[in-house]
Amino acid sequence: MAVLVLADHDNESLFDATHKTVTAAKAFGGDVDVLVAGKGSGAVAEAAAKIDGVRKVLHAEGDALEKQLAEAMEALIVPLMDGYDALFSPATTMGKNVTPRIAAKLDVMQISDITAIEGTDTFERPIYAGNAMMTVKSSDPKKVVTVRGTSFDAAGEGGSASVESIDAPAGPFKSAFVDEKIVQSDRPELTSAKTIVSGGRALGSKEEFDRLIVPLADKLGAGVGASRAAVDAGYAPNDYQVGQTGKIVAPELYIAIGISGAIQHLAGMKDSKIIVAINKDEEAPIFQVADYGLVADLFNAVPELTEAL
Amino acid sequence: MKVLVPVKRVIDYNVKVRVKSDQTGVDLANVKMSMNPFDEIAVEEAVRLKEKGAAEEIIVVSIGPQQAQETLRTALAMGADRGILVKTDDAVEPLAVAKILKGVVGEESPDLVILGKQAIDDDANQTGQMLAALLDWPQGTFASEVVLEDGKANVTREIDGGLQTLSLQTPAIVTTDLRLNEPRYASLPNIMKAKKKPIDEKAPGDYGVDTAARLTVVKVTEPPEREAGEKVEDVATLVSKLKAEGAI
Repeated sequence: MAVLVLADHDNESLFDATHKTVTAAKAFGGDVDVLVAGKGSGAVAEAAAKIDGVRKVLHAEGDALEKQLAEAMEALIVPLMDGYDALFSPATTMGKNVTPRIAAKLDVMQISDITAIEGTDTFERPIYAGNAMMTVKSSDPKKVVTVRGTSFDAAGEGGSASVESIDAPAGPFKSAFVDEKIVQSDRPELTSAKTIVSGGRALGSKEEFDRLIVPLADKLGAGVGASRAAVDAGYAPNDYQVGQTGKIVAPELYIAIGISGAIQHLAGMKDSKIIVAINKDEEAPIFQVADYGLVADLFNAVPELTEAL
Repeated sequence: MKVLVPVKRVIDYNVKVRVKSDQTGVDLANVKMSMNPFDEIAVEEAVRLKEKGAAEEIIVVSIGPQQAQETLRTALAMGADRGILVKTDDAVEPLAVAKILKGVVGEESPDLVILGKQAIDDDANQTGQMLAALLDWPQGTFASEVVLEDGKANVTREIDGGLQTLSLQTPAIVTTDLRLNEPRYASLPNIMKAKKKPIDEKAPGDYGVDTAARLTVVKVTEPPEREAGEKVEDVATLVSKLKAEGAI
């Protein structure tokens, strides 16, 4: 049996979600190969070869692969699947974008966002924003899954797999990259941050969000998150959003400030190890999942907390 | 230009779901049902394209039981022109949904299909991408902006770390993210008008699609409960607790 893991990366570094997906693939069983598709991504392929338990890295380089556009990725991966029993992708925006195309072409019903593996055909995944867990058994000959990063530990280093170059698919493709606005930040990425400070609507403005949340996050070396309400109100950029339709996070410490705790938000953070909630409404649902709740006016409590650290 | 918008009837966004005690699924009896919120955004986007003169006709399609007709009526009241109900009482998986939609596309020849990026019941996030693959069309998923010009759809996508803009040849698939637009409420006159708009009834078999499930549900369970912890008096107590746990 053999599993192909799709690597997520930015051509310079290999994202941690890939290591977690390798762990899931190892739990599934069989030989684990990693596919690195990109442009100028040699260092990424080398990094993938060092992941513990990887048999081989397949490395494809091409213009259309630089941004891992779905149409080119489909053309690359579908023929490769002749040699594999399963495709495992990280449930990142890249994995979510690309993987269903391959499943459809293979006539396989994809299993999204798996949180546990109970055999070579049986997987657990959350439904209804994580308010129910569903275990499904697949009758398809090949399995195509995306892997929820917060449910699997990252595979360690120490491997020395070979890197095999493979051909990029010939274009042209029907989509073209125009541009990208990636927020440059020294902060840890939300899905791999050890600590996250998240702000909600109670902050009242972008200025207050920046004045109160950011310094606390700086003090803690934390990633910055936000509730959907805060993002919708323009206090924080879209990719800060934690929740059912945003990022799913599970840091060691999650500090929710001025967040009431709608089920859609809880879906994104309730697997955090320690949850702290600061909110002046003591009935706020966030307190039902918080290990430590502080009923207080955030405009006083947050500066005090930042000062105390 | 013709736009096709698939819409799904799901448990209302605000309802807290309950897992059935026999672990076969969630309790759908007497629960408020609504249009999937991402699909509302898709309908709204199509209506805005029509209002701008970029689209001439909007067709909405729903795959589901008879009651899915209500979901189609909602979309018609928002401004869609006509509906197609592909009637089935089976739970249809995303792959089969994509195959049925491929059949609908074959009959209707839209230039653009706009779908919600995921349904809030199964959270699968697959149908749009699968439809794109089955049709060999380009896709712009998780869209926060759609601009049509010269036979191209320029789609700005929400990706990890920021935004990405792609230029797609049409016909193309777009899936909506939350911030693409804010859907309108249908006005009473439009709700009345929607009652007269035509809805065609079809069956999965009309498109030659077998909806037999590929996935068998073994069980559906409650997620692990998280216990509420303690309330702390003040910031100093919070800091000392977190220090004691080694969290800071």
